[in-house]
This record gives sequence, C-alpha cells and structure tokens, in this order.
Amino acid sequence: MKFIDEYRDAKAAGAFARAIAEVTTRPWTLMEVCGGQTHAIVKFGIEELLPDKIALAHGPGCPVCVTPVELIDKAIEIASRPDVIFCSFGDMLRVPGTQKDLFVVKAGGGDVRVVYSPLDCLKIARENPDKQVVFFAVGFETTAPANAMAVYQSHQQGVTNFSILVSHALVPPAMEAILSSPSNRVQGFLAAGHVCTVMGYTEYEPIAARRRVPIVVTGFEPLDILQGVLMCVKQLEEGRAEVENQYARSVRREGNREAQRIIQEVFRIIPRKWRGIGEISQSGFGLSEQYSAFDAETRFGVVDYMADELSECISGLIMQGVRKPHECPAFGARCTPESPLGAPMVSNEGACAAYYRYRRSPLHEGAMAKEV
Amino acid sequence: MESQDDFALSCPIQIQRYPQVLLAHGGGGKLTHQLIERMFAPAFSNPLLGARHDGATFSVNGSRLAFTTDSYVVRPLFFPGGDIGSLAVNGTVNDLAMCGARPLYLSAGFILEEGLPMETLWRVTQSMRRAAAEANVEIVTGDTKVVDKGKGDGVFINTAGVGVIEHGLSISPASVRRGDTILLSGDIGRHGIAIMAAREGLSFECEITSDCAPLAGLVSALIEAGIEIHCLRDLTRGGLASALVEIAEVARVNIKIDEIAIPVREDVRGACEILGFDPLYLANEGRFVAFVASPDAERALSIMSSHPFGGGASIIGDVASASSAIVTLKSRIGGARIVDMLTGEQLPRIC
Repeated sequence: MKFIDEYRDAKAAGAFARAIAEVTTRPWTLMEVCGGQTHAIVKFGIEELLPDKIALAHGPGCPVCVTPVELIDKAIEIASRPDVIFCSFGDMLRVPGTQKDLFVVKAGGGDVRVVYSPLDCLKIARENPDKQVVFFAVGFETTAPANAMAVYQSHQQGVTNFSILVSHALVPPAMEAILSSPSNRVQGFLAAGHVCTVMGYTEYEPIAARRRVPIVVTGFEPLDILQGVLMCVKQLEEGRAEVENQYARSVRREGNREAQRIIQEVFRIIPRKWRGIGEISQSGFGLSEQYSAFDAETRFGVVDYMADELSECISGLIMQGVRKPHECPAFGARCTPESPLGAPMVSNEGACAAYYRYRRSPLHEGAMAKEV
Repeated sequence: MESQDDFALSCPIQIQRYPQVLLAHGGGGKLTHQLIERMFAPAFSNPLLGARHDGATFSVNGSRLAFTTDSYVVRPLFFPGGDIGSLAVNGTVNDLAMCGARPLYLSAGFILEEGLPMETLWRVTQSMRRAAAEANVEIVTGDTKVVDKGKGDGVFINTAGVGVIEHGLSISPASVRRGDTILLSGDIGRHGIAIMAAREGLSFECEITSDCAPLAGLVSALIEAGIEIHCLRDLTRGGLASALVEIAEVARVNIKIDEIAIPVREDVRGACEILGFDPLYLANEGRFVAFVASPDAERALSIMSSHPFGGGASIIGDVASASSAIVTLKSRIGGARIVDMLTGEQLPRIC
C-alpha cells in the first residue's frame, strides 16, 4: 500500500539495524514516548533487530493509560444518567473504573455510543434536543484540535445540549517529570510524531539543552522508529543533545498554527493527575473561561471525586520506563486484558497489553527467537 | 422440577466481574471463548461437543453426518456484497463444509420485529432462495416468531444444517500434525470492513464488498482430488487470528504464519490503518484455512486458485514443534510476535 509499504520494507529495516549496530559502542536506554510507537515496536518485533546494548523504555504516551480512575468514575456516573447520550472513542469503554467500566453501563441500559470524531456528537446533539450529549475528550495534543473545534462549533451554532468531559494531557511536562525522577534511566527520547505535527517541536528544544538529552521527533512505522533510534544513538555516541526531526514528512518545526489557534481559543493549560504517576503541574488542558459552560464536570456536578488506584499495579513505573511489563508480578496472572488491574493492560497502545498480546512471556520470546 | 443442587451450584463465570452479558461475549474473542468453555461446554458436556469443531460429526446406520447451527443478527440487514439472508445460508453451509460434509438440508427460524416492512422480508427470503440454490442445499423446515416493536432488530435468522460425509478423512483440529502446511483461501477482512462501513456510515474511496460465499464446492474439489486434509476452519467472527489460536489450543501445536503471505486488499488495509484495526481479527464470510499434509500443499493451492471462491489463495504458514500451543507470526520486517485472541471486539482507537 502506498505510503505504508515503503516504511515496512524488510531490506531497509535490515540496513537500519546494521547501521545502528555499527554506531553503537556503549549501552543506551531510549524512551519512545508515544503508545502508538510502543505498539508498532512490539507488533513488528523491532527490538529483535536492535543490538543488545540498546534498551527501549516504553513511555507514558497512551491517553487511555494516563486517564485517572476518578475521571473514569465520573464518566460512568454521567453515562448512567437516563437523560444522557455518552459518546466516546472505542478504546475508553473497556477501561475499569473503581467499580465497573462503560461497557457495563451500556449493558445496564445506558446510552453509550462509540464515535469516530467529536464532531459527530454535534449531529447527535442536534438530533436529540431532549437529551444531553457528552463527549469523553481524551487524548494528548493530537486530539485537542478536533475536540476544541467541536466545542467552538457548538458555541457558534448555539447547541446547548452538548458538553465534554475533558482529560487532555500534554507530553513535554511528562518528559520533564520522567527526567526529574531519581530512578530515571532514560538517556534519549523518540518524541511523538503526531503530537509534534500539531504542536511543532520548539517546546522540546529547551528540554534537550537543559537536560542534555537528545530528542528525535519520530514517526510510527517500523522504518521511522529504526531511523529515529539510529539518529538518537548517533547523537548519544557523538555527545550531542539536540532536537532532530525524523518525521519530516508530517512535522514542521512550528507545527500546525491553525490547529494551535483553535486549541488556544478553547482550552487553557492546567495541572493534572496522570494515572500511575501523580499530579504534574501545567500538564493538561481544561476548558478556558469563555467555554466553561461546555464542561461536563460542572454541568453534571461530578467535581470532587477521589479514587485509590490498586496498589499492586505498577503502571507508573512502567510508564516512566523504570520497569518492563513482564517484570510486574501480576502480569499475565492477576492482570490480563480480560481483567486488567491498570489501564496499560486495557488500551491497544498500552505497553502491558502490547506485551501480553504479542510477547506474553520470556519463555515464548526464547521459543520464538529460536524458531523464527 | 429443579433439585436443591441446582441452587447450590455456583456459576462458573466470574459473575462478580460480569454480572451481565456484554456485547463482547458475542464478539468471537476471549469472552465468547470463556462463555463456551465455562458455561455451555460443562453444562452440555459430551464427546461430540468436546471436539470443538464448527459442527458435530457422527454416524447413523453407517452414514457419517455433520450437524451445525448458527444465528444471524447483522445490522444493517443489507450491505455491499450480501445481506442477512445470503449470510444465513452461506454461514451454515460453510460450517458444514468445514466438517468436510456435503451440505444437504437447512432449517430456517425467523424472529421478526413487529412493523418490519413485508417488502424487506421478501427481499431477505429471495436472497436465501438464491443462496440455497447456489450452494445446492434445500431449506426444508422452519419457524416464525414475531416480537414486539423495539425488542428485535428487524430480522434475526437462525439456520441449522445437516450434511453427509462421503470420504474417509478425519477433518478436525485434533487431526492437525507437525509439518502440516496452512493454506488460506483468499484475501481477508472484507466482510468486517463492509459491515462496519455500512453500519457507521463511513465511506471510503471505493466500495468494499463482503466476501460472503458458499465454500462447500471448493472444499469438495479438494477432497475429490485426494488432498490429505487434516483440518478446515472458516474465518468468521474473530477472523484468521482467532481461528488459528483455537486450533493451536485444541491440537496443542505451534502454528507459524508469515505476515507477508497473508493477502489483504489495499482498500481493506487502508481502512484498517485509519481505524486502528488489525485485519487478522476482522470477520470474513467466504474464507477458510486448510491444514493439509505438506506433500499435497502445492496441489491444494492450485485447486484453490483455479476455483472462483479461492482465487487469492496462498500458503501462509505451517505447523511447527508441538512444545507450546501458540500462534507466532513473522512480521513484515522480519521480527516475530505472538498472535493472540482478542478480549472483545476490536475498538476504534483514539489517535
């Protein structure tokens, strides 16, 4: 398929793998920030192509995974109301709250719908004037423009029965938080290509300079990731710490100005809690004052929710790259995609789910390495 | 009357986690599997059911017969490449074919929703008639029930089928052997994407049509040519991945497949990339895998390829050492991974 197969070519992958092996003289730990990259790495078996000296830590860039439990509980509370049509992207429906998930709300009679774009919700709102339509606005900077646009259009068109439950996280503050952690092992980043498509990469330049870490803006196809690794390792070996752009076919340094404008119009930057990691200052989007009427939390009075995370889940350590999924004692035993203890086991882009689906156990890895 | 024991028995499904049936229990993935393994299979336990095949095969007065049933609840009722009527006939015909049987007779049970336009029912019925004629089966018995408006989705159809086995092969997951070659009868994922697009109002540059087709003719061509077939499985709900995982688990073998060898049409791959789906898990209604003795593989491939419903056939892998019951896939770029069953249905991703 055009624009896909070029980036999944076995010969080119082999050539990148050899180039990486040639430049690597010391052990390095790199973190791919985005869950989409983690998924591709595990799905295509990219780590097998890398020299032993290169370790990949899987980052916090899975929007499902970092959404705090209390927000899931709020979603469940709102979705359970008879006057509400609750709309969400598909993969949020299976994330466990304290008691249940949105699928269970649906089975119990709640009107929970999967949509493909937040703008679909406006249509649903217009068609159902006697109902409240709520969209679960989850994601990083990537999904923020479309969510902002839904609120903006709703405001423009006077659609009053629409609101959003906001769970927007920002990538750069999370990268700073990972680097500040005493247990940090990350020496270089593959930054999330699609986040940078929207935001550009000027925000990463001070991080690279101040923290002395190379940051390579990287795409999602196997060859993108291999090239990103090569660029990052080269910088490390040469003692450089710069922001480089591997994903130039999509990312410009200044990003998408139009998308940034709509984000600034509708959202403001706020502190937020990351599931498994805790609160990080200036790391999320909330609705700006002008659009606060579209905030589902205030509209439905679900403000002060607290929920404890299951203590056995080490998702925080996994999303900071300190531990690998299969190193968790609960992995594959008490924690599986059917009965997940934490969100990284739920989402397709969660590191634990990717390991469970594609790697399962070191035993299988050994068997596969020998036989394939 | 129920005995006291019936109350004392605890429900084997973890009811604390699933006090109610979820849609995913019907998705063909792990939850469906669990429902069957923990509730239905123990309750109805018998050797025929224990074979975990697409249908039951047994002998009556010296004749070997195959018997199967399936229910059809597709929405929308009409979709590019088929409709609930053709699906209800072909689905059951194909389950019989996967037992190595020649389909003979079908039953048709209709659950109709009050208010359904008679014209719609007529179109469904005509489609069933055409599909039955094409598959060379007769619909010989049936039933009709009507439910209140709002309690159904227009039409639900159940079909059961009986077929006769006219050869000495033992076609079942238990017959799969180390060294077997695995053939796939054509490109995968079209039915799943066609339904999804019709249901959700998604439009792609070109229309993707369902692969809905009767497979009994192709299977009998393989059998008549003397191909040593060990197992057949059509790739319906849960797709290629779930079918292979189920076979690996029942046969206790390691199935190895090669991603590059699995045909997926460009438009289907494109739709999957957009939605974040894996074609390995998409439903098909006219595709199957055949496990054959490896010396017969090339001959089987050429028979499939020359048949109208096997045009895109390919050899996708083989059965390796039986140390662990898993499916492994060699990725496009040469890495390896495990292929697992899905927990529920595939869900469109966030970004």
